[in-house]
Amino acid sequence: MAEKINLILKIWRQKNRDDKGHFSEYEARDIDKDMSFLEMLDIVNDKLIVEGKEPIAVDSDCLEGICGTCGAMVNGQPHGPQRGSALCQLHVRHFKNNDVLVIEPFRSRAFELIKDLVVDRSAFDRIIAAGGYISVKTGSAPEANFIPVSKETADLAMDAAACIGCGACVAACPNASAMLFTAAKISHLVLLPQGQLEKKRRTREMVKQMDLEGFGNCSNLYECEAVCPKKIKVSNIARLNREYLRAVR
Amino acid sequence: MDLDSKIPAGPLPEKWTRHKNNLKLVSPANKRKFTLLVVGTGLAGSSAAASLSEIGYKVKIFCINDTPRRAHSISAQGGINAAKNYPNDGDSVERLFYDTIKGGDFRSREANVYRMAELSNVIIDQCVAQGVPFAREYSGYLANLSFGGAQVSRTFYARGQTGQQLLLGAYSALMKEVVRGGVEVHTRCEMQDIVLIDGKAKGIVVRDLVSGKIESYAGDAVILATGGYSNVFYLSTNAKSGNLSAAWRTHKKGAYFANPCFTQIHPTSIPAKGEYQSKLTLMSESLRNDGRIWVPMQKGDTREPNQIPEKERDYYLERKYPAFGNLMPRDIASRAAKEVCDGGRGVGPTGQAVYLDFADALERLGQDTLKERYGNLFEIYERITDRNAYEEPMTIFPAPHYTMGGLWVDYNLMSTIPGLFAIGEVNFSDHGANRLGASALMQGLTDGYFILPYTIAEYLADETPGEFSVGHEEFKAVEQAVAENIKKILSIKGRRTVNQIHRELGMLLWENCGISRSRAGLKEAAEKIPALREEFWENAVVGGSADDLNQSLEKALRVADYLEFAELIVGDALHREESCGGHFRTEYQTDESEAKRNDKEFCYVAAWEFNNDDGFVLHKEELTFEHINLGERKY
Repeated sequence: MAEKINLILKIWRQKNRDDKGHFSEYEARDIDKDMSFLEMLDIVNDKLIVEGKEPIAVDSDCLEGICGTCGAMVNGQPHGPQRGSALCQLHVRHFKNNDVLVIEPFRSRAFELIKDLVVDRSAFDRIIAAGGYISVKTGSAPEANFIPVSKETADLAMDAAACIGCGACVAACPNASAMLFTAAKISHLVLLPQGQLEKKRRTREMVKQMDLEGFGNCSNLYECEAVCPKKIKVSNIARLNREYLRAVR
Repeated sequence: MDLDSKIPAGPLPEKWTRHKNNLKLVSPANKRKFTLLVVGTGLAGSSAAASLSEIGYKVKIFCINDTPRRAHSISAQGGINAAKNYPNDGDSVERLFYDTIKGGDFRSREANVYRMAELSNVIIDQCVAQGVPFAREYSGYLANLSFGGAQVSRTFYARGQTGQQLLLGAYSALMKEVVRGGVEVHTRCEMQDIVLIDGKAKGIVVRDLVSGKIESYAGDAVILATGGYSNVFYLSTNAKSGNLSAAWRTHKKGAYFANPCFTQIHPTSIPAKGEYQSKLTLMSESLRNDGRIWVPMQKGDTREPNQIPEKERDYYLERKYPAFGNLMPRDIASRAAKEVCDGGRGVGPTGQAVYLDFADALERLGQDTLKERYGNLFEIYERITDRNAYEEPMTIFPAPHYTMGGLWVDYNLMSTIPGLFAIGEVNFSDHGANRLGASALMQGLTDGYFILPYTIAEYLADETPGEFSVGHEEFKAVEQAVAENIKKILSIKGRRTVNQIHRELGMLLWENCGISRSRAGLKEAAEKIPALREEFWENAVVGGSADDLNQSLEKALRVADYLEFAELIVGDALHREESCGGHFRTEYQTDESEAKRNDKEFCYVAAWEFNNDDGFVLHKEELTFEHINLGERKY
């Protein structure tokens, strides 16, 4: 039987966008250390429901770190203290008995709060819609092996394409910059031969949309890379800057 | 109603081409007058919406997530099959077709499966052109892996994140159409019911999950791409929000539900830890390319795995099935795991697990290569279990993963409700009684990119576009019924959480309608389900309000539908007195404990009609095999 611990949770509660919001304190008792962080919140929520109180709104879905739905600040860190993982992959074993956890939503001007820990990240969709694609219509593709792509290039593109769009990079940045998110998509596509034709327009439009959404500029602190659940590198931001210079020239 | 599958005449390899040439067309000037409602943004929904918009239709697409990119297709790890034969190992459309039919234990339609195999290659072309970063050889050409049920390497992959990359490809195609004005995306929106006018699908009623508003959308056709129902088992590898409700509500309005008891239990999932467990996590089938499955020879052997010498291990899949070894299809591998665990040779704290061992592969390939192939899977495993699978074998156990059953559709992917189409996992058509690995992505994308955009015209060509608006009385009536249902569920003031009741239902189904099923067990489940449903409506506690983000309400609405559906899945399993694929009835097995089909009596699709007075009514679509012989499924 796994060891059990108690945790004290200070959780941000806010009914909706217009509500002022406040921290509420909850106790999570007899929590199995093998439990995931979100399973621990399930227990707190089930208790609230039975007591006739409003449960804490929190987003999650796949619970294996790939869909990008979950995300919250745990003691000031997006997705909590474990590197290279999403909130749903964080387990209680990383905490000690009677630890105090301060849990807040991802905060950014561009991510409007919906309720409690749930925020609106649709700004990311609009950045992708601005140009984060190769405009190939269904049915018009050439044979898949027609254009060879070196393994090194394909691997680099895959590294960038692994982004799950969770928004941790924005939440970690003092400027709430979406540069890592935008750079990851631009890198993924510009590295591949298929992505060449549209690269200038794509870069210009995506950066323009990123600015329109109210994200700040890169703060050069590399916090985004440190908290990215997929370990996406800031070298992608350097590539974005280079591509942008080429695109606006 | 007679079921007309509309399978075209002619030799199998020519059916689709002939059919395409005979399908009606809608002219470009008329296409833009039609509004199509797509529900679900996974591989099938996104690819269909993007493709339909490209050819000129107006599309509205709905998802429950905060963005279309989060649909559960994103979690598919291993890969996607195609008959490219790049490795030069003898693959062909014919072989992919045959493997899929045989993998499904001869309970799927020849014509549908052949079409899927035929279209598999253009999927790869399309995805590469979109920028999907598939794995490549040092030569720069595309790399392949092997998956279960095949003796060739035909699986394309992007590390262990193939579903993610394919979905992001389809999502980007979708977003491209959004900015062009062809597609309108409605996120955090859950379909509550379908609106029928004169018996045809003419719209949907949704709940805005943020404001709680009940809203109607009118359209000329409704396309469901809402995935499967593995979450009826409570614990499954599916994302938590995945649910059956949209499909179930259409079933109650006239869409037949086919083969509900054909569910897939995936052999390699991380075992459950305790009561609190909210979901199970898959370890991709691709791991079986290099991992070897074993248990100790002796019962109750509690030694650490690395302390058990080679000769005291039983590599039971390699022993029983030497031709396919660890790459046996999922249904058979799951049953074999259950058998050794039932026999007292299971490992881990609960005895409900087997080993998946990479020691040989480490020696043969080295850690770097393994990391490159499966690094993210080993990482997921480590996050959850706190164990390092490079140093000791993984422990794994079967878990509900995919559902082959679903809404009955004809060759044009249209359900028994005219104007209601079902694509991807939510339909029943391509995988028979068991799906092979890396075939779900193939099906979702063939349906969405290359089949529906052609076949939907056959229906639309005879329709008047924009005939009805949301002001029509039918919309008002459905809106009212939806609001009443929500009000009713919020008024239950009991003591048991929805999670507790769902977990109880899941356990009941897992034990009696899971890896193996018996008449007695199924009857017991059939008796207990109505009582549990009653318990839910009397003693559940939901809480919160209807006009707000209320995740507890969302869950309760879905579980209420599972409590109705559970009766159908059990009833179907009870009626099918044979074993085939994932449906293993203990009464029907061969001398070697393999599934024993009964082709004489059960070579049909069981399509169930919902009838308020008589319960579920069975309709049969006989399966005819013209191209291949119905054979014993031997590996």
